[in-house]
Amino acid sequence: MTVRVIEKNCIACGLCVQACPFEALEVKGDVAVVDPDKCTNCGDCVEICPADALALDEPPKEMTKKEIKSVEDNEAAAKEIKKELKEYNGIWIFIEQMDGKPAPVSWELLGEGARLAKQIDTELVGVLIGDKVASLAGEAFSYGADKVYLVENPLLKNYVTEPYTKVLVNLCKKYKPEIFLFGATSLGRDIAGAVATQLQTGLTADCTELTVDESSRYLMQTRPAFGGNIMATIVCRHRRPQMATVRPRVMSMPERQDGRTGEIIREDMDLKQEEILTRIIEVIEEKGSAVYLDKAEIIVAAGRGIGSKTNLKVIEELSEVLGGTVAASRAAVEAGWFEHTYQVGQTGVTVRPKVYFAVGISGAIQHLVGMQTSDVIVAINNDPDAPIFKFATFGIVGDYATVVPALTGEFKKRLNEEGLR
Amino acid sequence: MHIVVCVKQVPDTTEVRVDPETNTLIREGVPSIINPYDAHAVEAAVSLKEKYGGKVTVISMGPPQAEEVMRRSIAIGADEGILLSDRNFAGSDTLATSYILAQGIQRVSDKEPVDLVLCGKQAIDGDTAQVGPGIAVRLNIPQLTYVMEIEEVDLESKEIIVHRKLEDKKVRVACRFPALLTVVRDINEIRYSSLPDLIKSARYKPKLWTQKELGLDLQQIGLKGSPTSVSKIFAPPQRSEGEIIPGGQDNPNEAAKVLVQKLLSTKIIANK
Repeated sequence: MTVRVIEKNCIACGLCVQACPFEALEVKGDVAVVDPDKCTNCGDCVEICPADALALDEPPKEMTKKEIKSVEDNEAAAKEIKKELKEYNGIWIFIEQMDGKPAPVSWELLGEGARLAKQIDTELVGVLIGDKVASLAGEAFSYGADKVYLVENPLLKNYVTEPYTKVLVNLCKKYKPEIFLFGATSLGRDIAGAVATQLQTGLTADCTELTVDESSRYLMQTRPAFGGNIMATIVCRHRRPQMATVRPRVMSMPERQDGRTGEIIREDMDLKQEEILTRIIEVIEEKGSAVYLDKAEIIVAAGRGIGSKTNLKVIEELSEVLGGTVAASRAAVEAGWFEHTYQVGQTGVTVRPKVYFAVGISGAIQHLVGMQTSDVIVAINNDPDAPIFKFATFGIVGDYATVVPALTGEFKKRLNEEGLR
Repeated sequence: MHIVVCVKQVPDTTEVRVDPETNTLIREGVPSIINPYDAHAVEAAVSLKEKYGGKVTVISMGPPQAEEVMRRSIAIGADEGILLSDRNFAGSDTLATSYILAQGIQRVSDKEPVDLVLCGKQAIDGDTAQVGPGIAVRLNIPQLTYVMEIEEVDLESKEIIVHRKLEDKKVRVACRFPALLTVVRDINEIRYSSLPDLIKSARYKPKLWTQKELGLDLQQIGLKGSPTSVSKIFAPPQRSEGEIIPGGQDNPNEAAKVLVQKLLSTKIIANK
């Protein structure tokens, strides 16, 4: 008795091949093919098939002793893999730091990790590596870590891919985490790709939502794909750890619990200077308020609709009266009105301010994915059909050149009146 | 110096639309282009060749029609293109893809040793930024991601100095090569092709290497070699529709007044 392939429905997507615990399915040409010697009729593939191309409805037949034995062997083999996976425990969060300054996404991930750890009843571990960074372990505990693996070494002072990768790979091999999460920062994405490849496991980039399936303990990793046009949920079934990078400012910051403590486990790593082929010559801090875009509480963003660079003044004036930061859509950057560092969206920065003013921005999906978690979105656009109005908390249909100065004037008046600034 | 550039053919994601009825991607009429970051990597490689001498080989994994991105690369000034194409590659995730590309680069390097591997920082369809680091690990060479400037190459000591672009800082890094670099758009402006390059590209046929020729392990490629799989695809969540404040066209001052009142009453601005 095997699963049946309804060939006319099959789109050869291959999801069943990966879902099958017994490796009984294969895509040959344009259709899925079942290996009857391996199939146990478990139905995992039927569940996953998006095209209704697999069915279990064949009438059951008597199995010969040989067949029963082969099914049992296969089930045993499948359990064997699962047993191997069972050795992996704990949710690990990479505590990203530069010069001892932690990246806030690390704490966001501890908050998210705590929720996941509770669901599958496992421990939440911070992984902290660097030089003289031990004090951050206390921070990790106050944001929810139960345990911190700490590796300190002068060669880890500045982030360099090679030694950092070596340390994380060795820790993973020794302690076998079930899930390992990184911030989707340039550092996090640099190291996660290297570590996952060395461990030969799956890695999902730039996730915006994580859940766990309690029975299978699969980490369901959701991320935007195709430039944010669709969302995809990715799963890594047969290898561990399940690794993901998570976009900053998408998960909420957990409440700090002062005085909360945990266990610090120090690990020594044998690192040699001569094995490191990369050396940092200089770190240059960038100037300009764009640096703070991702931390800004109020953002006034301009799009193609403002027409020209000279019109930026009204945007800047509104931003100034609110103590905010200016930003831009991709169109405004490509028009040459702004540097790329000011760009909000899929290929720019993701922001989560309290208020986001979108001025002359139509609201392409690529822009929306970078700002839609803002608390309040205000859209000002002369096109009443602009998609941005579907996302805005408040919208004004009109010419920005009159509406924005009116807003600036009104804010000036009211904020002065109330003595708030 | 011999530079290999990894390029990918991608759908132009700015042209992709979602069918609101079925929540599926509308792929018809979406043009295929060279991944924009990869085009910058080709440009960077060609500039290095012009400055330091050498050769630029472009490599891509994809279906036969990905030949087009090879021709685009030749038009920018690359010397040779190799397309890794095989039905067995279909369904490869980033781990499997990095294996296939690394094996292809290894084969190139066996004939003519490779000094630098250049990639775009990520592809605009997948946006993972994982294949570059994956290739570096498999080739056992250092990786420098998010490179915005190549300052200097010392052919004697085999050292390259680059500027890496991080969130709020730049880092100047020296590295022994062979090494792998992934580049951001700031690194250069892509040139207009010269007439000879255009003519060469129009007729260009890349070499084609398959799984068998590369001697690839079937367990490490395609769906079998991919630890991650897609379990669900859905349309992005929509925010609930908000409130349009009237009068924007006829009486902007009044509209502004109403909006400011609403924002101040939520305390989010006042709290600042």
